[in-house]
Amino acid sequence: MRYILYLALFGLYLLHNDVWLWEDACLIYGFPSGLLYHIAYCVVASVLMLLLVKFAWPSHLEVEADPSK
Amino acid sequence: MILAVVALYIALVLGIGLFSHKLFRKTGEDYFVATRSIGSFVLFMSLFGTHMTAFSILGASGESYHVGIGVFALLASSSALLVPAVFLFVGTKLWALGKKHGYLTQIQYFRERWNSDGLGLLLFVVLNLLLVPYLLIGLMGGGITLTQITKGAIPEWVGGLAVIAVISIYVLYGGMRGTAWVNTFQTIVFMVCSGLAFFVISSNMGGFETAMKRVADANPDLIIFGNNIQPLQLLTYTLIPLSVGMFPHLFNHWLTARRAKAFQQTIIFYPLAIAIVWVPSVLLGIMGTLNFPGLQGAAANSILIRMIELHANKVLAGILAAGVISSVMNSLDSQSLAIGSMFTQDIVRHYGFHDNMSESKQVFYGRLFVLLILLATYVLSLFSGRSIFRLGIWSFTGFAALFPVVIAALYWKRSTKYGAFASVISVIVLWIYFFFQAGESEAYTIGGSGIMPVAVLFVVSALCMILFSLVTKAPEPFVVEKFFPSVSQRPLEVL
Repeated sequence: MRYILYLALFGLYLLHNDVWLWEDACLIYGFPSGLLYHIAYCVVASVLMLLLVKFAWPSHLEVEADPSK
Repeated sequence: MILAVVALYIALVLGIGLFSHKLFRKTGEDYFVATRSIGSFVLFMSLFGTHMTAFSILGASGESYHVGIGVFALLASSSALLVPAVFLFVGTKLWALGKKHGYLTQIQYFRERWNSDGLGLLLFVVLNLLLVPYLLIGLMGGGITLTQITKGAIPEWVGGLAVIAVISIYVLYGGMRGTAWVNTFQTIVFMVCSGLAFFVISSNMGGFETAMKRVADANPDLIIFGNNIQPLQLLTYTLIPLSVGMFPHLFNHWLTARRAKAFQQTIIFYPLAIAIVWVPSVLLGIMGTLNFPGLQGAAANSILIRMIELHANKVLAGILAAGVISSVMNSLDSQSLAIGSMFTQDIVRHYGFHDNMSESKQVFYGRLFVLLILLATYVLSLFSGRSIFRLGIWSFTGFAALFPVVIAALYWKRSTKYGAFASVISVIVLWIYFFFQAGESEAYTIGGSGIMPVAVLFVVSALCMILFSLVTKAPEPFVVEKFFPSVSQRPLEVL
């Protein structure tokens, strides 16, 4: 699961370059389509972060940080 | 009336900062990292507030006034993905190392990681110099806001001085705890004000959809990426958010976390918080072209304040202006505290006292340096004329190009101090070269190709780290063991 999520992170990074909307002047409820895409991108990024925290959390750090160990 | 509301807001900020002093434990660790006791919510709010500056409020609206919606893609949405990722892969690890070894600054970590005082000194100089433009944008933002809302009755130099005075009081008195608490309050204020300003102004312009249709008719270039941005520019801009991995002030905030899990809320909600703050800023900048056409260059930095002044009543204008000022102070306080911390710990304590310095002296020197830094920044701000957005980008470019240094430190055992030296020196040389190449150009990319200088700096910095590490002697085993304990030596709970 951890590695699938890392792959998803890279995939989402690539999807940031939305060249297909470059000249699209369409307004959706007043929002330019290019802007709406990037707002949706933020929402998807948040969901991905939730999954990373749930399935790829470095839980060993809590113990490693203890100065007495 | 506007000034009265702003004054009330500032009184509240001071009240919170001064109240935090009740919990002050009179130690260096408490003054600089709040005894590593900050929980999830305050950590999230203080990290976010510190990261979002005049750059994201005034700079984003000013730049979108000229460039359009592309500004959001260039910095906001890429930050929404990369900043929380850096917190997850870099921030949590540095928090653990900081807690285990008692670090109060990132220089302390890098110095011990590669067992080199020289590297620590070089990084000290570079990190502090890169913070200067970042500090300047905060002060300039504060000055612009107060001047604009008082219609010039308060000149920019007085506005900047007022911001410095307020920050000095609560940072000197409250230290990191006061800063984190005030940041939390200020972040809530500017997030709410962002939405409120957007709602009020767009309603006053006949509704959001109507206003945007008018923009589409009058300035169609602003609602597309078009010729305002090049595809390579969008791609290479995505390296800029990696700068958070090397910001000294964010490093200090990471160290304040009570536990690693305190980062979780921040990592999950950061992308949404970025959208909440940046979408109104960008849209109001674009809509501002309808009411205030023809602003040139840095004059657009004040577009948000002009819009608030035009469309909101006086009480609301005061509240919204307070929101803008809060975003400005949010970063300035943490940055000055981080620099004060580095001067105290990495210079005075390390070289002057050979790391044996009393707690009271650490607090004294910390306060002294914070005050001196704020005053020096103020003097510099009187002579700076660049746009807030451009100043920010040059600062972020340097920090982002140093990102390979922290990645190598955390994840590559074989990396050496020579690799780190080469990496940092390459950043210095290339940064200076491109800074002078760009001159006063507002939209400089390499050869007009769309490639941002940060891409070249980043790649060269990474290559220098790899090549010089591989051709020099491997680090001493005791250093490697300290930072990469072998599996057999890890605590049982980890295995």
